[in-house]
Amino acid sequence: MRIVIVGAGEVGSSIAASLSDTHEVVVVDRDGERVESLTYSLDVLPIQGDGTSLDTLRDAGIERADMVIASTDDDETNLVVCGTAKTVDDPFTIARVKKVDYLQTWENADPGAFGVDFLVCTNLLTATDIVRVIGLPAARDVDPFAGGKVQMAEFEVRGDSPLAEQTIRQADRFDSLTFAAVIRDRDVDIPRGETVIQADDKVVVIGSPESVQQFAKEVAPDETPSTEKDVVVIGGSEIGFHTARLLENRNLKPRLVEQNSTRARSLAEALPGTVVMASDATDTDFLMREHVDEADVVVAALENDEKNLLVSLLVRQLGAERAIAIVENTEYVSLFETVGIDVVINPREVTAEEITRFTREERAENIALIENDRAEVLEIEIDANSVLVDRPISEGVANLPDGVVIGAITRNGEFIVPRGDTVVKQGDHIVVFAHRNVVSEVSGAL
Amino acid sequence: MTLRVDWRASVSLVGTVVKWLSVPLVFPLLVGLYYGEGISTFVTTMVVAVVVGWSLERVEPDPEMGAREGFLMVALTWFAVSIVGGLPYVIAGNDISLLSAYPYLAVQSGPSTLAHPVNALFESMSGFTTTGATVMGDISFETHSRALLMWRQLTQWLGGMGIVVLAVAILPELSVGGAQLMDAEAPGPGIQKLTPRIAETARALWKAYLGITALEILLLFGLHVLGNVLGTPLAPQMTFYNAVAHGFTTMATGGFSPEARSVEAFSAVVQWVIVPFMIAAGTNFALFWHVLNGNPRRLFEDVEFRFYIGILAVLSAILSVLLYTHQGLVFVPNGPAVAGNIESSIRHATFQLVSIVTTTGYASMDFNTWNSSAQYLMLGAMLIGGCAGSTGGAIKIVRWLVILKSFRRELFTNVHPEAVRPVRLGGRALDERAVRGIYAFTLLYVVIFLVATLLLFLDIERTGPNINTLEAMSAIASTLGNVGPGFQLVGPMNNYLPFSNSAKLLMVVLMWVGRLEIFPVFVLLTSAYWRS
Repeated sequence: MRIVIVGAGEVGSSIAASLSDTHEVVVVDRDGERVESLTYSLDVLPIQGDGTSLDTLRDAGIERADMVIASTDDDETNLVVCGTAKTVDDPFTIARVKKVDYLQTWENADPGAFGVDFLVCTNLLTATDIVRVIGLPAARDVDPFAGGKVQMAEFEVRGDSPLAEQTIRQADRFDSLTFAAVIRDRDVDIPRGETVIQADDKVVVIGSPESVQQFAKEVAPDETPSTEKDVVVIGGSEIGFHTARLLENRNLKPRLVEQNSTRARSLAEALPGTVVMASDATDTDFLMREHVDEADVVVAALENDEKNLLVSLLVRQLGAERAIAIVENTEYVSLFETVGIDVVINPREVTAEEITRFTREERAENIALIENDRAEVLEIEIDANSVLVDRPISEGVANLPDGVVIGAITRNGEFIVPRGDTVVKQGDHIVVFAHRNVVSEVSGAL
Repeated sequence: MTLRVDWRASVSLVGTVVKWLSVPLVFPLLVGLYYGEGISTFVTTMVVAVVVGWSLERVEPDPEMGAREGFLMVALTWFAVSIVGGLPYVIAGNDISLLSAYPYLAVQSGPSTLAHPVNALFESMSGFTTTGATVMGDISFETHSRALLMWRQLTQWLGGMGIVVLAVAILPELSVGGAQLMDAEAPGPGIQKLTPRIAETARALWKAYLGITALEILLLFGLHVLGNVLGTPLAPQMTFYNAVAHGFTTMATGGFSPEARSVEAFSAVVQWVIVPFMIAAGTNFALFWHVLNGNPRRLFEDVEFRFYIGILAVLSAILSVLLYTHQGLVFVPNGPAVAGNIESSIRHATFQLVSIVTTTGYASMDFNTWNSSAQYLMLGAMLIGGCAGSTGGAIKIVRWLVILKSFRRELFTNVHPEAVRPVRLGGRALDERAVRGIYAFTLLYVVIFLVATLLLFLDIERTGPNINTLEAMSAIASTLGNVGPGFQLVGPMNNYLPFSNSAKLLMVVLMWVGRLEIFPVFVLLTSAYWRS
């Protein structure tokens, strides 16, 4: 496909990087320096110009484009870009917006409102992500597959975890769970039975939600999950608000701290099941008084990264169980994880992942990216031409490249544990883990 | 000191390119088979290319390119390719061959000046960099096989659009860092991506190059055939062999010719046909791509192209007048009638001027018979160069254009100190950094030119030959600008043999530096490059 991406910020560049292997990508940005650096860093055609103007879009070959992705940092610009693109031709348009209102309008209107075919809402996606991670303590990343029947989760193995220094064979005590990968120093390796899990490794597992839940207990026994979880959201940003709202929907009683009293008031009106407090979250007395130190999870959703870092470290130091921080700047992600924040969620990464997932022309219905796109987990429906169909997995895998793990199978909505002798049938959904360099080969073969 | 450059990755990719160099070597091999000449020269070279390339590749099985590695890779590639590409000259000249026992495989070249490794390297570097300066003592089929002379032509054609660009077009492993590699090799500041994929862009450029080369070969040979059909010799010398040979070196702005008298050996019609092709070769090939994609207006809208045509027209006119009025000619008793002959003076002036500005280096007549007024005009023309993104050498039109425009700005801001005036190029305001880069390049170019002239004089003091300032300057300007011929001693019908080996090696480096436009080579000499 020919894909035109408008906006070469972090989201746009990240999408461009993921798509440039398999598609012809044109990137449009107003900033000449960004365009210049993209010329050399990615195999794409960068064009300097304003994506809302027809001339620029024509330069970018909009007439031949199959898809337009508007990923600038400005909601309205993105909507206008899609609308403009639709005046020329009928490419598939994807827009990224932050405000949830736009998403609600778009969802409630007739299909194709604003000239957008697929709208991704950064704030809502991020909130959803946070809530998913809260549901599984110790997990750094959780993605549902096959309608929630399968979960992929990434855990960090701490030094005090019973799993540390065990081999995969010893650790593999769950019948419906597959170890897909071990990540050590940013290297993604497919584990073998004798691979030893070391402290500070990250492991990626795929399995039924129950088994993933059990595994989570195993990894970090002292972080037992319960629905009686005490969650504190710090920062009444839109992301904070939606996080609290989604937690309410799960029958939790979150607490939300917002410094601005007017904003706190309107949040309190909109969130009947949440205790909203108007205070400065860096005030240690307040935190102690409200027993934030005893919270199971603290979510830092303030407007700026440095404050989020500060608050997270502060509550961790006071004794809170886990800190989840939202970090806008992608550069900071690994740094914040290093200094001790349990989970760092980057709205831009989340958005890029969602859009990339949507644009993969593969038959993958769902996708999750691991370690900055070093590997992927895909869900694929098996058709008649698959190399796996109607034969045991052990035979079919021989036709797949190295660097692939079949994590789970669902048939008619039922979870099946993949074993060497499991026979795959047409219509099954399989969830596979694949290294980045074999993804397209794998999705072609399955 | 820890090295911050992954030189292994660069060396490995150089190996890849050297390995693939064995493929174009098939062409002269086929020519040799056709003419029933010995082929062991090229078989041996192919084996060496594969073995050397493969060994270099082993240095790093999985190379990862960064910007720094790109510079090193491009600079080394050109040197390595020149060394391997020079082997046939050495083998043929010395008659070393693994198969000399078998007459049909043996080398059929007499002993030649190129048997000396330094001369062979000079000829090969001069070929790949599309310079066209030669140290072939006797250019004739008596001394050299047709296959060897065709290889000499082919090296220029490969170097014209760029070996690295060709590699990017063909080898998928180079697509990731391809933009940086092409930037290091491509003439002119920066590159223009034409398509989303850099390999696609490289292929588009090569296709345009290949297409125009084929068109020229057809026209030249067509003239020859037409002459035979009509019974009037239109282009008697232009055999198919010559048509291919000159097609290769016109489009590469190379200037090598299997004819000892260069283009003087051909009829006036042929000379007229070659002129537009030289002009095309000095044009930005990206413009041809736009023309072929239904945007012919882009060609005439391009400021650089218009300025280029303007310079060619004005200088040709001046030179024509000089020749017509006999002002620029030294009297030669049996020379061609140029003075007072309108067609002939316009033809020679235009041909010669276009040949020098585009840095081709063909000669339609021996301009050693011109006097210093015409020769100094030509010496100046050697510094102009073709357009960015063409196959021409020297400083390039676009840089002169930017320098002229920023001079005008300086004058304006002297009068209006508060004025803010960006330098515009075709309606687009240029980044100040780009302007500074162009200043730096041009100044560096001139400095290298002067320093190299000084070095040459020092060398001549030691070893001879005794030459004057114009000759020395022309030799340096010609090799640094990838032009080819100079004046008097190194005139179009003479060669660079009189120089000592050290002077030749200096010129080898100059050709290399000139083709890669200084920075990719010079940056390797800075400690900042090797450390973090």
